[in-house]
Amino acid sequence: MEGAMGLLRRIDPKQTDTALSALLSLLPHHSSDLLSQVDQPLQVLRDADTGKEFILCEYNRDADSYRSPWSNKYHPPLDDAPFPSSELRKLEVEANEIFAIYRDQYYEGGISSVYMWEDDNEGFVACFLIKKDGSKTGQGKRGYLQEGAWDAIHVIQVGPEEEGTTRYCLTSTVMLSLTTNNESSGTFNLSGSIRRQMNMYLSVADGHLCNMGKMIEEMEGKLRNSLDQVYFGKTKEMVCTLRPPSEVVMKLPGS
Amino acid sequence: MAAEDEECELNDRQKEEIAKWFLLNSPAGEIQFVAKDLRSVLNNDKVYDDAVSYAFPLYNKSHLICLQFPNRSGDVLITSYNEVDENEFLDPRTAQVATVDHVKQVCTDVRPATDEELPSPYIEDFRCALDAEIARYVGEAYPKGVCSVFCVKGKDAELPGSDFEFVVVISAAKISPQNFCNGSWRSVWNIEFKDEEQVLEIRGKVQVGAHYFEEGNVQLDAKHECKDATIFQAPDDCAISITNIIRHHETEYLASLEASYSNLPDTTFKDLRRKLPVTRTLFPWHNTLQFSLTKDIQKELGIGK
Repeated sequence: MEGAMGLLRRIDPKQTDTALSALLSLLPHHSSDLLSQVDQPLQVLRDADTGKEFILCEYNRDADSYRSPWSNKYHPPLDDAPFPSSELRKLEVEANEIFAIYRDQYYEGGISSVYMWEDDNEGFVACFLIKKDGSKTGQGKRGYLQEGAWDAIHVIQVGPEEEGTTRYCLTSTVMLSLTTNNESSGTFNLSGSIRRQMNMYLSVADGHLCNMGKMIEEMEGKLRNSLDQVYFGKTKEMVCTLRPPSEVVMKLPGS
Repeated sequence: MAAEDEECELNDRQKEEIAKWFLLNSPAGEIQFVAKDLRSVLNNDKVYDDAVSYAFPLYNKSHLICLQFPNRSGDVLITSYNEVDENEFLDPRTAQVATVDHVKQVCTDVRPATDEELPSPYIEDFRCALDAEIARYVGEAYPKGVCSVFCVKGKDAELPGSDFEFVVVISAAKISPQNFCNGSWRSVWNIEFKDEEQVLEIRGKVQVGAHYFEEGNVQLDAKHECKDATIFQAPDDCAISITNIIRHHETEYLASLEASYSNLPDTTFKDLRRKLPVTRTLFPWHNTLQFSLTKDIQKELGIGK
């Protein structure tokens, strides 16, 4: 397992899919470990009832079927499949509605899905997913990207209520890849994957949705910022170490 | 469950193919780390050894790695353009042939090149002049750059009247695992000397990669190709004009990489996710009721869907 995780840390994030399926076939006995520890690029399916797309992940899967947050039905249909309690389903429906508005304000497009389920210690778990195709053939409004993918996975464990407060434990992963391509500068691709955690004790008076939403918004902002400033910045720094830009040779005659 | 496992079980050949894929897709300077992890994942020395002996030579050549001679008298670039045989690579600058251990990535032995392995004096005049100019340019532009000029076609021509072709290889790598950061710049320039047309046709391929992996995994993968031409002149003049062309294109390319980076925050990255919502204020989580209210009103007025 350690070796497998090491390999995934080195392979280009845009090849995670290939790497993961290779590791799954090499290590069939560790498949559940791998699938729970490694975030995969998100897949999408269309809900047969509502016509709306929803996101597939380990948390809405049972056997080979996936539950849609819109119709609450499994695709393809499945007998004896688990469902959240009606109370939790109510929160799930509300979360999907609000999160779609949040998603639209930040992503100007994309797909989102929220799934919830009861866990063993009197609390529940919620998983917020966003997928955006920012390419110019997808939903890239500005049309700069030949290819552009953003997958965000937020899993929040919500503990039982104690004296009016609850512990929220958020684990977030962002996977992205962006490519620009043009005659004069060739192909330029940056891809990445980072995962962070955040724990908070918050008053339940504001409601779970409000608390979870604020945490996710803060986390997404931080992840986006560190990708942009730190991670991309480090690769740029590397390029400039390999070949420092020199003002002297910048302007050659005839350039 | 047992039957399922059997079904999933790969044969050694399939395992080897997977192992090769991982090795060949290692980022710059990381194949040894990948090999180490792979060995523990495979848990099969035969498969591991076969994959490693296949993949390392290909990786070393495509990454244009540079190995030092055992006697420290210089170094040799590992490329497909100066491969004498599987484990032997010519260094035209010192007219030596290095024997290398691909898997250990070291040079184990070095011998003088034979006359057959070297270009004719006529060709060598051009090669040597170009090598000197390129080395000067690389010394100025790349703090850790290495370069070499190989004759890949027509090396035995004794007199003017025939075509020949050089390849200029420039390789700069910075491996700094303690800072979770590795990267490489690789350029390969083909220069065709066309005697009859009296022109030099130049094709360049530049590939730049960087990997930053402290608590995450982010990689840059950039490629660029270009073409140019100049006139056939005396060796020293050819060397100067070819080097000027290479310098010009590589400088322009660096500038375009910098431009790609500076466009990120406000244009390219914005198409994935904005820094702030379209409303330019944080999302009103404390007041999401407004959304359902709006919806109710729309429903009542019959303007919603």
